[in-house]
Amino acid sequence: MAIICFIPFLMMLVNATRSNEAILSGFTLIPGSSLVENYTNMMEYVNIWSGFKNSLIISVLTTVLSGYFSALTAYGFAFYTFRGKNFLFVFMLVMMMVPGQLGLIGFYELSKNLGILDSFIPLIVPAIASPFVVFFLRQYIKTTLHPSLIEAARIDGASEFKIFHTVAIPIMMPAVATMSIFTFIGSWNNYIMPLVILFSPEKYTLPVLMGFLKGSQVAQNLGSMYLGIAISVVPIMIAFLFLSKYIVNSISAGSIKE
Amino acid sequence: MKKLDRYGYVFIAPFWIIFLIFSIYPVALTFYYSFTNYSGSGTAEVVGLANYARLLSDSYFVEAFFNTWKIWGINFALQIGLALVLALIFSDMRMKLKGLAFFRSIFYLPNLITISSVALLFGILLDWQHGSLNMILLNIGLISEPINWLNEPATAQLSVSLILTWMWFGHSFIVVMAGVSGISKDYYEAALIDGANRWQTFTKITIPLLKPILLYIMITSLIGGLQLFDLPMLLTDGIGSPDGSLNTMVLYLYNQAFKFNNYGYASAVAYGLFVITLIFSSLVFKGMYGNERKQARKV
Repeated sequence: MAIICFIPFLMMLVNATRSNEAILSGFTLIPGSSLVENYTNMMEYVNIWSGFKNSLIISVLTTVLSGYFSALTAYGFAFYTFRGKNFLFVFMLVMMMVPGQLGLIGFYELSKNLGILDSFIPLIVPAIASPFVVFFLRQYIKTTLHPSLIEAARIDGASEFKIFHTVAIPIMMPAVATMSIFTFIGSWNNYIMPLVILFSPEKYTLPVLMGFLKGSQVAQNLGSMYLGIAISVVPIMIAFLFLSKYIVNSISAGSIKE
Repeated sequence: MKKLDRYGYVFIAPFWIIFLIFSIYPVALTFYYSFTNYSGSGTAEVVGLANYARLLSDSYFVEAFFNTWKIWGINFALQIGLALVLALIFSDMRMKLKGLAFFRSIFYLPNLITISSVALLFGILLDWQHGSLNMILLNIGLISEPINWLNEPATAQLSVSLILTWMWFGHSFIVVMAGVSGISKDYYEAALIDGANRWQTFTKITIPLLKPILLYIMITSLIGGLQLFDLPMLLTDGIGSPDGSLNTMVLYLYNQAFKFNNYGYASAVAYGLFVITLIFSSLVFKGMYGNERKQARKV
């Protein structure tokens, strides 16, 4: 099984170093010597590193915004009583069930009317409102932060925001980190949203750029295609090598709530 | 105290402002468009239920519906089957297999890769003339001439299913293992003492206790599966070739809106998709928990 998981990657890496003719003539597991040639050929048409940069900017900002504002919202829901609280919370949960495609057309029109099409704003700012993260963090902080801690801080004269930043955030950190992994992966792999929102090739995210690669001249040279795919995949594999334990544990944490 | 409680609104305000603008408003706007003939420019004319009437008699949408189900169904059966078999092997007390963490990581790796890279990679691996898969099969002598995987409806759909399985079984496996590790060892020890074999332990203890987890996997996979888009879009020409067999519901929605500028109709497709998702999620839920409730009543 482990081999089956890995074989497509292996073929990709080997073929990335072989010339077009070599790939056409047959399959082998011995690396070729056309790596540099493939690279220059690919870079002539598609600047893959700009896709990397764009994806990274969007994903990092999305993760930070989603983490901070979800914690803020979760704290507000967990430790204050105000009119309409239950209604808002339930409404948020109901909206959580709505699939992303439902608002796609309205979202596109809204961005058009706001004049933010072909910019990163519609890909980043909505992260402030992430219902699932809020829900998860609220459940977490309800069980881990005792109200008496907040009371104690209040008696010491701390302001509400100071309490949030110095008491609540550190306690929520493990849960925020768990959710951040999901947010980051989700944003990094998002394809349909950037595809709809972005038009300028220099603003393309990595997934959109990969789709672009397929339709371009590069597709004629298989070695360069393999190399492009390899470049988009290898950094993730390296990052995963170091982080796999946390990522895998996060998946279990996200699914098991008993 | 009353004064402090006002901070609650301050804390949740950013969320609600953005939520209203970027989530609720678009969903409502799409709903409005679904009753119009909006084409992306000019004004939207209200046409009543015409879009929904068209949706119900649209053979392309019906085809996309069945395509989505076929692709998802094969993928899910394989994925959950593999995950359970692997869980059975790894959780067996008698075998004491080492390296669970390592295998979990390897199995999960394909899920992490950007799906468009995956689509591109398999697109050229499955290529008819130059693809490595055909070359390997030819070399071993399994086939005598290259198979045009992505040019036949059946093999194209099967390819997408298998790629999805490759991407997702690791995820299911991790979730199933998390569930298995939550089951008390006492049950297994008791079963061992009573002389139960592996299969009995698995079907009588593991599966029933895993029911909530399996339900979770099924519903999340179903919702994701009904939204299948990237892979069919990038694997062939983006409109569902060969023969419309890779035309999924979201791909149809995307093309109607952003290729053919039928925003009004595409909005109706979106709501059709939503209703379908709701119906099937609740059916799955009922199917899994309905029986339990009946049994509980008997007792």
